[in-house]
Amino acid sequence: MSEEISIQVNGRAIMVPAGATVAVAVTMAGDVCRTSVSGEARGVLCGMGICFECRVMINGHTHCRSCQILCAPGMEVVTGKSGAP
Amino acid sequence: MNRTFDVAIAGGGIVGAACAAECARAGMSVALVERELVGSGATAAGMGHIVVMDDSAAQFALTRFSQRLWHEMSAEFPSEVEFEPTGTIWVAADDDEMAEVRRKHEYYAARGVRTEILDQHSLREAEPNLRLGLAGGLLAPEDAVVYPPCAALYFWKRARDAGATLISGTVAKLEAGNLQLAEGTVIAAGVTVNAAGAWASELTAGVKIRKRKGHLLITDRYPEFVRHQLVELGYLKSAHSVTSDSVAFNVQPRRTGQLLIGSSRQYDNESKNIDHDILQRMLERACAFMPGIGPLSSIRAWTGFRAATPDKLPLIGPWPESPGLFLATGHEGLGITTSLATARLLVDQIAGRPSEIAIQPYLPSRSFTESHV
Repeated sequence: MSEEISIQVNGRAIMVPAGATVAVAVTMAGDVCRTSVSGEARGVLCGMGICFECRVMINGHTHCRSCQILCAPGMEVVTGKSGAP
Repeated sequence: MNRTFDVAIAGGGIVGAACAAECARAGMSVALVERELVGSGATAAGMGHIVVMDDSAAQFALTRFSQRLWHEMSAEFPSEVEFEPTGTIWVAADDDEMAEVRRKHEYYAARGVRTEILDQHSLREAEPNLRLGLAGGLLAPEDAVVYPPCAALYFWKRARDAGATLISGTVAKLEAGNLQLAEGTVIAAGVTVNAAGAWASELTAGVKIRKRKGHLLITDRYPEFVRHQLVELGYLKSAHSVTSDSVAFNVQPRRTGQLLIGSSRQYDNESKNIDHDILQRMLERACAFMPGIGPLSSIRAWTGFRAATPDKLPLIGPWPESPGLFLATGHEGLGITTSLATARLLVDQIAGRPSEIAIQPYLPSRSFTESHV
């Protein structure tokens, strides 16, 4: 069993395996990453940093690609439903 | 198939589309000829700033008249036109520019345009992301922003609803009485109109238009980062120099929360490619006014070509060397703003009726004195 770490997704604590991407944590939280300009839900599509569909806000930085960033203890992730642009 | 119309317009940018709508609504049969998509040239490359400017009395009259037409039509715009009455803030960096703010305020007030002088503190309140230490600014609340390609498309739909025909093709030859497409079709028309923007002089030899290249960049979404269209007042000094390359701080908030960042002006550079040196200068200028722009993510940068005339006023009216051929071009950086007024002045002349403002300053038959403002 690998080590688990805790991060915040929209203010809720989520336990993820060490080495998981932020996209995994968002999925485990049951959230989508963001909302398109026309109000549609957006999430991980390419999973390799090309499509920019999986952007979230991480530790106050907007437009981070969640599929390219590993979770770190105490990280704070905000998705579109909680106001990330 | 050869066809006959009252009016055939070469160029489906926002000016050509507005002219098509105005002519068709006046009861004329209209053909609008566009080589790509309606609103896809300089119209799509520009910012979409509905702005009153006062470089000259004639520029003020045209922009003011046209701004009023935009406001009158705004209630019927579909949402994709993104008409947003954001207002403009002319940003003054120092005391000299504050003197210009006061002059501009008085000039506008004397002509019925409401503006508000902002001191250092009210400027900061209005736009918290501007750098500290700026002197103030002038808020012009009646200015607005739009999404130009959708505005052009909307104007085209008004034309179509009034019976106009859109013809897809490249104009090979344009003269009084007819317009010829590259594939050979000849379109006969009582009046032909050159609305080809920066390419106007390629269709009508002798028209004094030069291509003036500009760059724009769009960022990712940062809602509330900027609230008004922001333009440095030094724009009047730097960006309108008619000789050298120039950049100016000019930032526009989009409805999506994105920022459009400009602007640059270059003559004698007809490549569509990004000129990275001037793009860098443009962004450095933006960061000098708004340091927080630096860390933002950009999505795309592109270029376009303004149709520049020697005296910075458009060409609206008959081409003296060929009666029956009209011009509606030369709008430089104000084509979105002045498209609607241009269409009015053009159709007034075609129909032989009086206009709301004096047309003489824009007639192609005027004599040109090079402006060095």
